[in-house]
Amino acid sequence: MKRTVFRNRWLPYALVAPQVAITLIFFFWPAFDSLRLSLYRASPFGDRLIFIGTGNFQRLVSDPAYLRSAVTSFVFSFFVTFLGLALALLLASLANAKIRGLAVYRAMLLWPYGIAPAIAGIIWLFVFHPSFGILPWLLSFVTTYQFNWFLKGWVAMVLIIVAAVWKQFGYNLAFYLAGLQAIERSVLEAASVDGAGPIRRFFAITFPLLSPVTFFLFTLNMTFSFFDTFGLIHSVTQGGPGDATSIMVYRAWKDGFDGLQLGFSAAQSVVLMAVVILLTAFQFRYAEKKVTY
Amino acid sequence: MAPDGQATGAQVLAPAGIARAERLRRRVDWSGWSAHAILIGSVVIIAFPLYYAFAISTQSLSAVTSLPPKLWPSTHVVQNYADAWVRAGMGRLLLNSAIVAISVALGKIVISLLSAFAIAYFDFRGKQFVFWMIFVTLMLPVPVRIVSTYQVISVLGWVDTYWGLTVPLMASATGTFLFRQFFLTIPDSLAEAAQLDGAGPLRFLWSILLPLSKANIAALFVILFVYGWNEYLWPLMVTNSPSMRTAVIGIESLVPRTSQLPEWNVAMAAAIMTLLPPVAVIVLMQRWFVKGLIETEK
Repeated sequence: MKRTVFRNRWLPYALVAPQVAITLIFFFWPAFDSLRLSLYRASPFGDRLIFIGTGNFQRLVSDPAYLRSAVTSFVFSFFVTFLGLALALLLASLANAKIRGLAVYRAMLLWPYGIAPAIAGIIWLFVFHPSFGILPWLLSFVTTYQFNWFLKGWVAMVLIIVAAVWKQFGYNLAFYLAGLQAIERSVLEAASVDGAGPIRRFFAITFPLLSPVTFFLFTLNMTFSFFDTFGLIHSVTQGGPGDATSIMVYRAWKDGFDGLQLGFSAAQSVVLMAVVILLTAFQFRYAEKKVTY
Repeated sequence: MAPDGQATGAQVLAPAGIARAERLRRRVDWSGWSAHAILIGSVVIIAFPLYYAFAISTQSLSAVTSLPPKLWPSTHVVQNYADAWVRAGMGRLLLNSAIVAISVALGKIVISLLSAFAIAYFDFRGKQFVFWMIFVTLMLPVPVRIVSTYQVISVLGWVDTYWGLTVPLMASATGTFLFRQFFLTIPDSLAEAAQLDGAGPLRFLWSILLPLSKANIAALFVILFVYGWNEYLWPLMVTNSPSMRTAVIGIESLVPRTSQLPEWNVAMAAAIMTLLPPVAVIVLMQRWFVKGLIETEK
């Protein structure tokens, strides 16, 4: 810790005041209010709140629609994270040679990071468009199956997964490329002299050495797919068809803002809070231990 | 914000020395060519959807709605972009996005610089508590306080105002942690010297810390600008009137739904206009962007 050098009775308080004020008003107050609201439900006329204890939570665990949205969330996050990382790692490993122009490639890979998920979604919505999109048109030469995401839940799911992976892909790839470039060649060459084949070398040396990068990208993509994809769902599928793409964040918003079920939505917020706390705890625990160089 | 994460990123993105040593070996190797092929392939595949969207935004309605898909830009550029501009009120939407992105970025930088300075250079009662409070905000992103935050905003009368759109997004742990971390690497002797010369804490912050923090400020600005421009859930909640919407939300009215005329050319024109500013910031300030990515991601 740094030795403190300035003495002043009130100045430090004045300096932290703006941050503390915003934190209290816009983070702590609503968070505690969510906790409180989650124990209530609105009266039929919406004019007052009725205390129902853990009623909202009991309803959550017994509501098949909510459980489906939890499953949807995990399936979506799983595919976005694992597909995105696996594909990026595969391509990065194949492209891992000492070549010129890596900075140029990096520049050309990173820009999609700046595209809002909602906008990425609108672009992919057209690519997947059943009547005019290029993808269903190409697929029509191969199969007569109708890839209509307006009607088929799994196609809609694929659509949002692809849009999310697309936005993150160049970024994942750039980080893996840089990570691979930082691995000492001599280690791999030594293993190769000892008779280890390329696949063995990858799993015994490269992959463990890349674990810090993988860890970093994993938490980043998990958080992204769980929380930052709200705009993607809202602007493209609106949770549909049916509730096939209704991830937890979207449902919490819909129940709160469209359905005006404040207590029920607040209970969902509390569940989401638990998810964030778990992710953060995971991050801090493993950031220090498991990840090796 | 894991310190380890930062170290990782920093080492990972600076492999220049190794690359140079390797290049000296100079053997004709096919892995080099295949690497270029794979990277060029990836770049093309990643760029294709954006190119496709751009091509669509330049075509006529009949070209867009006929098969096979037309992949070449056409001549309806001005018409489509003007159409989108007028119908969605793009001028106002983009202005709102710019106001939000710039004020959130600047506000967050100022607020977190001040609090990080207090935490790193002062000893005061409740410091641990303040630090802990800032840390906890990491666990409270917008989606976990949806309904309640709206109520707070309406109690304050901030619905449909720039205050409501910007101020609540200005506090977060990342900026404070980033600056605190950076201040801790600055030698104590600097502050002592400043004190000997009779400089007070604010003078020290302004004349010494601020210039030293330039690179961090630039990096944070790029990341926060992109974040502010693309924020979706927050502006959706705190605005009702179309004139207070930001671009990412406002252009949704142009996306054709099932029963509407499928004017995808106009929708794509609006999408391109909306995504251009943040993408341009990333491309033009790439160095700062990469630095920011490494240092702000928790």
